[in-house]
Amino acid sequence: MLYDMKPEDIIGDYQEVTLNLYGGIKRKVLYTQIETPYPDGKLIVSTTDPDGIITHVNQAFIEMSGYTEDELIGAPHSILRHPDMPSVAFKDLWDTVQQGNKWQGFVKNLRKDGGYYWVKATVIPNVRKGKVVGYTSVRRKPSRTKVEECAKLYPTLF
Amino acid sequence: MPNMFTVSPDFPPDHISGWYIFNTWLQKQSGEAIHLEMYDNFPKQREAITQDKIDLIYANPFDAAMLVREKGFLPLVRPAGKSDEAIIAINAQNTVDDVAHLSPGIRVAVTEDPDVHLMGMIMLEAGDLDESNIETMVCDSYVLIAKQLLRGNADVGIFLAEAYDNLSNIIKSQLKVLVRSQISVVHHSLMIGPKLAEKRAVLQKLLVDMNNDEKGRGVLESLGFDAWMPVDDEEMEFMIDLMDTLNT
Repeated sequence: MLYDMKPEDIIGDYQEVTLNLYGGIKRKVLYTQIETPYPDGKLIVSTTDPDGIITHVNQAFIEMSGYTEDELIGAPHSILRHPDMPSVAFKDLWDTVQQGNKWQGFVKNLRKDGGYYWVKATVIPNVRKGKVVGYTSVRRKPSRTKVEECAKLYPTLF
Repeated sequence: MPNMFTVSPDFPPDHISGWYIFNTWLQKQSGEAIHLEMYDNFPKQREAITQDKIDLIYANPFDAAMLVREKGFLPLVRPAGKSDEAIIAINAQNTVDDVAHLSPGIRVAVTEDPDVHLMGMIMLEAGDLDESNIETMVCDSYVLIAKQLLRGNADVGIFLAEAYDNLSNIIKSQLKVLVRSQISVVHHSLMIGPKLAEKRAVLQKLLVDMNNDEKGRGVLESLGFDAWMPVDDEEMEFMIDLMDTLNT
């Protein structure tokens, strides 16, 4: 399940927009201009089923997203979707991994409190006995140069 | 012909006799003839794996994918409470205090330990550094990396965190840690090849129970471990997938 974001969860001044997400889901998101820096030395790890529903998250994922583990497990991975991310990036991600390939890119993620954090994400299909049983996504700290490049590029892709 | 056992060449030198003691213990407990062959470096060990000479291995996580997917190895156990973590360190007199402030062209001292190298390079990536814009100096041990930093021959060292922590206080006081990884799920594992596959359950039980008797505990101590934890196929597959995402 994916719920609309609630004003009481948001820290700071926010804007509001409704996103059309994968699978025909509509979600009202509230977002601020507050960035949370990526923690040094950590990896954010999550696993989803073949439909993109979260099945596993590590502690770094919980800390950076601001959600509890219970809120994350069973939710679509698009719970992190930030309105500044162009849908073409996620189309490319899905097209790539569904062909059995590895996808890599820089992503601006949305936190439960409306803030954001940038990551360098790598997504790979989990192949077990020849069958794709899900996807693993591992995020690491991006360089500021790459973040600045993407912050300029992404608005041109809408 | 005895089963051939080998240990990832990055084990701490203090534990070399521990692996021979462990091998003797394992032979006695399992009734299997096992010969321990230590290789000086990763390329020599990989060559032996390629030639299907190895039946039992304490493997570096970097090699796990090849062992499972190409050679049909199965995981048995891993040391409890131990994971492989990396540290980026510099000379304490260096004014840099963030990886983001390191400059292209720096000299980076590393060992041949592949998973630590990989984790270290990922941490340097946050400073726009990669193999194309750094000068890599390969050292035979982590102590030698520290020496290169102290002598000013290298700007940055990539250490196995455990090896860094075991450096003397005098050396550590002259170094500065920029980043320490907190990955938690990358670890060495004891694995068996197809020839021993049928014995998996028996061997796994022997190893997991090892810390329940005094002799077993003594052998574990000589390896620097408290106990072995079982590793199932999915845990191993997860680690392989994770290493795969990092190796890009």
